Amino acid sequence: MTLKHVSGLLCAAAMSFGLASGAQAQDKVVKIGAILPMSGGTASIGAHAKAALEVAMDIINNAHPELGNLPLAKNAGLAGLGGARIEVVFADNQGNPATGQNQALRLITEDKVAAVFGSYQSGVTLTSSAIAEKYGIPFLNSESVAANLTERGFKWFFRTTPIATDFAKIYTDFLADMKATGAKTDAIALVHDNTEYGTSVANTISTAFKDKGQPIALDVAYPVNATDVQGQVLQLKDKKPDVIIMISYTSDAILFAKTMQSLDYKPAILLADDAGYSDPSFIKAVGKISQGVFNRSSWAVGPSGSPSAIIADMYKKKSGEEMDDTVGRQMQGFFVLADAIDRAGSTDPAKIQAALKATDLKPEQLMMGYKGVKFDDKGQNVLASGLIIQLQDGENYVSVWPKANAEKAPTLPYRGW
Amino acid sequence: MSFVLVQVIVGGLLLGAVYALFSSGLTLVWGMMNIVNFAHGDFVMLGMYVAYVVYTLMGGGPLLGAPLATLVLATLGVVVYFALIRDIMKGPMLAQILGTFGLALLLRYSVFWWFGANFLSMPQNIVGGTFAVAGLRIEASRLLAGVVALLVTLGLHLLLTRTSLGSRMLAVAEDATAAQLMGIRPDTMQAIAWAIAAGATGLAGALIANFFYIVPTVGETLGIVAFVTVSLGGFGSVPGALVAGLLIGVIESLSGYLIGAIYKDIIVYVLFLFFLWFRPQGLMGKM
Repeated sequence: MTLKHVSGLLCAAAMSFGLASGAQAQDKVVKIGAILPMSGGTASIGAHAKAALEVAMDIINNAHPELGNLPLAKNAGLAGLGGARIEVVFADNQGNPATGQNQALRLITEDKVAAVFGSYQSGVTLTSSAIAEKYGIPFLNSESVAANLTERGFKWFFRTTPIATDFAKIYTDFLADMKATGAKTDAIALVHDNTEYGTSVANTISTAFKDKGQPIALDVAYPVNATDVQGQVLQLKDKKPDVIIMISYTSDAILFAKTMQSLDYKPAILLADDAGYSDPSFIKAVGKISQGVFNRSSWAVGPSGSPSAIIADMYKKKSGEEMDDTVGRQMQGFFVLADAIDRAGSTDPAKIQAALKATDLKPEQLMMGYKGVKFDDKGQNVLASGLIIQLQDGENYVSVWPKANAEKAPTLPYRGW
Repeated sequence: MSFVLVQVIVGGLLLGAVYALFSSGLTLVWGMMNIVNFAHGDFVMLGMYVAYVVYTLMGGGPLLGAPLATLVLATLGVVVYFALIRDIMKGPMLAQILGTFGLALLLRYSVFWWFGANFLSMPQNIVGGTFAVAGLRIEASRLLAGVVALLVTLGLHLLLTRTSLGSRMLAVAEDATAAQLMGIRPDTMQAIAWAIAAGATGLAGALIANFFYIVPTVGETLGIVAFVTVSLGGFGSVPGALVAGLLIGVIESLSGYLIGAIYKDIIVYVLFLFFLWFRPQGLMGKM
């Protein structure tokens, strides 16, 4: 309700501004609904994403010739719609699939958004995108990795991020490489929460290792937002796996780090599946006791003066945080959506859908390290890719694998504190 | 008994002591005035933030943070009593639920607005370490919380049963009008009860901050445990909360280790419901 009032006021302000300055293009606004966790256990993610989308809006709505080949940066607004401005209507999903669904309905039926963007948690993306599908509104997802999201035969769902199957392959290849250098990687334990994200990613990874002839040795599931994980850490300490793969959101990731320290347990290799481990507040809170943790990422800041470095700088000014993989993938997804609307030259859902299907962005047009953006029939970006990073000093992740993209060599074993 | 199992039980006992510590304030308010404080988890959260601010701005460890959090929250308790509770107590049950629930949201989102949504963590401090006793690893911060939980429970119990202030508070709880006729001011007694309850909750928060993450929504995570602890222990019974907290802590730890963490809540709640079937007033509650 408040959000509606605020956006109403913003519209009014934008219109009066347009009238006062006499510029006709200024009053054309394309509304995009963004469903994000603004409260609840992952609220930090929502706050970062909001700052990222505001930077993206700034880049699209104002002229930023310094950003080179990035689509929509050069001139102000969407050229394909006569310089129309992009405006994001933010909606809070509270990290809850049912709330996400209601918010999608509200954005589509009341705010009349041209497209929906979101919703971070795979479980929330699952429900909110079903509403967009029903109403025939394009839904762009940039960060949910549960493989099944693009296996539902949806026509209006597009996903730019690499997904669980991509990363499962990265993990098997990475660990095979580590084994070749002498590390022990025989017994692998999966630690994951019981959300859509946790269970589906764990399944995908477990299948990938099984196919390689190396079944997962131990599967430790826990309820999300746990109050205590001593039992789980002791289970791991007891079974002594060589490698632990963590699939956790921020709150649980922090609790695991603290509990592992207090019970003095370190696996030889700790490999995290993004999510909580990419949240800057994880690094600030427990980075110093998680030294040497591996993580996956598609983000690299690049040399200073490069578009990615400039964007990272803009983001830091806005949010006070360092750019991380999650917000990077979100901004990238948003640019892809805006680019499609621009090429559609219209806010007609069918035209945006057609433009999304025709998307073919090259690596030099992206801020993320994907090999490009091109959707298959299921709406999955087939050129998405990633690499392995490591928190070597407890403060900043550096890329360590594959060798071609590595800033530093991976160090073993996991140091912890 | 295997060695790991001992560690699991010790961990469970320490966890349970912490549960007991942050539940004592809730049970006291219920015992005194039959009000369920839905903002309780957020009082814990405020205590955590006071401890964090004390540490980061003034460099004071838990020795300064814990008493300050107690003081700040006790003051807040009095303010909340006079500004909100005194009036909604006269209203229907629904007003009490919505009133304290509204307070919870107000506190949560004020902290949200001021500190942002980021997760915070106390830097290493004097109680941050872990020591090993006969091979068992015991976290100093949890042990401290456990010891304080015992002391607070004992203190509250003595206050209510052995002092004249306690007798007057109980008299008001029993029959406010009769107490008033005897020259006891119910307002004052209930404000004191709120100060003690909120103070104990703030103290709990400050101690928990040493080993848990700090975030505006942490009250949601911890609040539920407090309600279960209090209803198992018996609404209004401070020693009951202690026994219930320890029981829940050990059952959670054991079932989490032996059967699997995703089943531990099922086990805790099945036992809980089964128990309430036979003894609806809780372990030590009065009918």
